[in-house]
Amino acid sequence: MALLSKSSKAAVSDPLMSNNPISLQVLGICSALAVTTKLDIAFVMTLAVIAVLCVSNTVISLLRNMIPSKVRIIVQLSVIASMVILTDLVLQAYMYDISKQLTVFVSLIITNCIIMGRAEAYAMQNGPWKSFLDGLGNALGYGIILIAVAFFRELLGSGTIYGVKVIPDALYAAGYENMGLMVLSPGAFIILGLIVWAQRIVGKVEGE
Amino acid sequence: MHSNRYTIFFTMLTTMILAFVLSSVYSSLEEQTERNVQADIKKNILSSLGFTPSEDMPWTTDNVEKIFKTSITSFVIDETGSVIPDMLPEDIDPKVDTDAYPLYKKMIDGKVDGFAIPISGKGLWGTMYGYFAIEPDGATAKGITFYKHVETPGLGAEVDKPWFQQNYKGKKFIDDDGVLVGIQTVKGKVDQSSPEAYHQVDGISGATITSRGLNEFLLKDLKIYDSYLKQIRKNFNS
Repeated sequence: MALLSKSSKAAVSDPLMSNNPISLQVLGICSALAVTTKLDIAFVMTLAVIAVLCVSNTVISLLRNMIPSKVRIIVQLSVIASMVILTDLVLQAYMYDISKQLTVFVSLIITNCIIMGRAEAYAMQNGPWKSFLDGLGNALGYGIILIAVAFFRELLGSGTIYGVKVIPDALYAAGYENMGLMVLSPGAFIILGLIVWAQRIVGKVEGE
Repeated sequence: MHSNRYTIFFTMLTTMILAFVLSSVYSSLEEQTERNVQADIKKNILSSLGFTPSEDMPWTTDNVEKIFKTSITSFVIDETGSVIPDMLPEDIDPKVDTDAYPLYKKMIDGKVDGFAIPISGKGLWGTMYGYFAIEPDGATAKGITFYKHVETPGLGAEVDKPWFQQNYKGKKFIDDDGVLVGIQTVKGKVDQSSPEAYHQVDGISGATITSRGLNEFLLKDLKIYDSYLKQIRKNFNS
């Protein structure tokens, strides 16, 4: 027997490419712009979103038959908000430097449309295991884009990859300069736009 | 459809459980977080005094505490410049001790290698916090750092950048007659031939208000420590 059934596998793999939350649904853009100047920050942000999305999806799925439909959004939000605060506390205790650089963007995971969207659209209708996988898939889909954008921004903007210098000094001596634009938000917009464009050409999006 | 009573009961229960989980995690991590915050401030004091992290001594929370313990003597002075006995910077309660100012002394092999004082004041968007380090002569800048500010990235936030902070090194904030003049940022580059160049540093273009704020609060904070520094200068010159 395979480790994952076909539909479970789809729950993880679809959001990675063919239904990516950022590049196809264009959700969660705000944080994708803000925390992608350096790879290490983008990486920690991805881990934080994976933790929040997996746990909140699982918890909401477990509660789905008990949550009164009148107050379901409020209950979802309080579960998500608690998870975000929890993640923030853990980061402050064990990864203080990075949490300082992420500043408000960890707390702002609460407002990330991907998380609310998955809770309402998936976890409220499916079992906990599948919801967990769906959370994992969407968080990874978000993370892949985040890391791809951060890779280009760090390389072009600072000449480093994961903090390690890759552009040789000789090139700087020959007149090469880091692209200041890449460090600022417009740089992220441009890279993100190119990724969305590339994916739409390769992926042949339905309905277009 | 659930009844109203059930809805109220359910939301109350959820809230209570979540609040319980959050508060227990908070209280179990509080100590570690507080240590990190303190270590971050210490990191700033160290780097203003010219310490740098190295390959075999990266600035982890533990290492920072160790370096601080071995090389830094901290004490508290009042406005007349005399040391308040039996008081440490962490004992200062801003509400009660209005006349108490922390001072950090860097000691290398039993000799004074510099002093660091906290500086803070208004930038463009909010209060900036940092440290200003002084050479053992009590008149020359040794370094400047900021650990908290909300200035515009690329403009006011350039105060964080090495190029800007390097400028301060070696500048004098005392004129020839021993009067406190502070250190001023100028528009563009410092004219090295000017007689005022000894207390001027290159400005940040596009960040006039941040720079002006920095000039003002640096002078204000140096004034507080001036009577102490006067004694240092006297002893140093004799």
